[in-house]
Amino acid sequence: MDLSQVKHDRGAKINEDFEPKILAFLCNWCSYAGADLAGVSRFQYPTTFRVIRVPCSGRINPIYIIKALQNGFDGVLVSGCHPGDCHYISGNYYARRKFAVLKKFLEYLGIEPARVQFSWVSAAEGARFARVVKQVTEDIRKCGPMTYFRKNGKSVERMS
Amino acid sequence: MKQAEQEIRSNIEKLLKQKKINTFIGYEKGSLPLRTSPCFVSSEKDISRLVWNNFCVNNLAVYLPRIVAAEKEKESFRMGIICKGCDSRSLVELIKEKQLSRDQIYIIGISCPGMLDHRKILSDIRIDDFIDVEDANDEIIVKLKRGERVFRKEDCLCEACLYCKHPVPAVYDMLIKAEQQLRQVMERDLTVNNFAKKPRQERWDNIEQEFSRCIRCYACRKVCPNCYCNECFAEQTNPSWLGISTDLSDVIFYHIIRIFHQAGRCVDCGACMRACPMDINLKLLTRMLVEEVKERFGYEPGLVPEELQPFATYSTKDKQDFMVEPE
Repeated sequence: MDLSQVKHDRGAKINEDFEPKILAFLCNWCSYAGADLAGVSRFQYPTTFRVIRVPCSGRINPIYIIKALQNGFDGVLVSGCHPGDCHYISGNYYARRKFAVLKKFLEYLGIEPARVQFSWVSAAEGARFARVVKQVTEDIRKCGPMTYFRKNGKSVERMS
Repeated sequence: MKQAEQEIRSNIEKLLKQKKINTFIGYEKGSLPLRTSPCFVSSEKDISRLVWNNFCVNNLAVYLPRIVAAEKEKESFRMGIICKGCDSRSLVELIKEKQLSRDQIYIIGISCPGMLDHRKILSDIRIDDFIDVEDANDEIIVKLKRGERVFRKEDCLCEACLYCKHPVPAVYDMLIKAEQQLRQVMERDLTVNNFAKKPRQERWDNIEQEFSRCIRCYACRKVCPNCYCNECFAEQTNPSWLGISTDLSDVIFYHIIRIFHQAGRCVDCGACMRACPMDINLKLLTRMLVEEVKERFGYEPGLVPEELQPFATYSTKDKQDFMVEPE
């Protein structure tokens, strides 16, 4: 996906009209199949997600998440198999440790915790996937557009 | 201090004579007042250059991965190093990460009395005014062209030393006891707590303000023993993660990722903050991760060589209260 294509309506305010752009990293074996099932089952959910399929939630490097926020996404969701169901036995357990600290760290820096979210969705949980999308979209809609960390927003010179 | 210095010198002499070590890394008098430089000693005639005082702040563990990698071919190569509490913890983490093997190094541990920050002493002294410095137990006497100034050591401790809980090395081959610790036993470092209490917008504004001073010199990376990657993400070109300009977003991106890479490995030695020419308060971030990892996984880096790093292992019982649970 060409990230430069993801652009915002600059005038968008925090209101119902604001449609956030959310990047979703879905694991190939569970969440991606879950999203597929949600589509096949014709569950209704918001069209705010852009999906990148990854082999495992343990494959996600925090740099991807922060890069997405910097490049204009309003939020990021990472979703993988439920604990114990990982195709690679333990990838999601390692991921869980990383995500726990990352989420706390970003919150501490002053990035809204709603913008970076994690969930477990299995291949049989199409309905759950639709509910996750709805909830995450609503959370991020409340935060409004991600402006302060966007690249080219401001330069160091102007700040100092 | 003087006694410990003598002890270090005589021990190194012995070790070099017995060929137990090939080279030793210690400290020598720096070219600027109140500073020391790292010093590499491989022959007996250089031993007199070694010093030990309250300004031996540098974390020498940073040199080891590169030196040991270069000397890998020589089977008998053994590096001696002097370690304060924090340096030895850095070493333990490097050993865990297989950057070194324990038998390639000979650690002379020294119980650290707490190091002094030259910036706190020299803040209102002009360098061309400075003549000499004298160590008088609890005090530092700075001799100037116009008289002298006396500083209590306790008031000039480095940020990292203020709340140091592990001044004595965890791992060593030989331990030299210096005099007692200077630091007052403070209950807890509240930097992180106080920052976390601020409203979100204010936190981000503070972060922006702090990092807007960054000139991207990468000194923080250069002095960090944990930053030994051959190719840093900051310089990768395919994919290129961040631009090389001083775009504020890129600067913050660099620091977030570099510091997050230290999660669970950082021993909070404060080297990055001391090396920063722009006085950026990096401790604000490193300290947070140290506390978070300790609280969440009960892990403190650098104490037990056999223990796995928190991100190199997992427990099925890890808390997952942060995950989305849709209604």
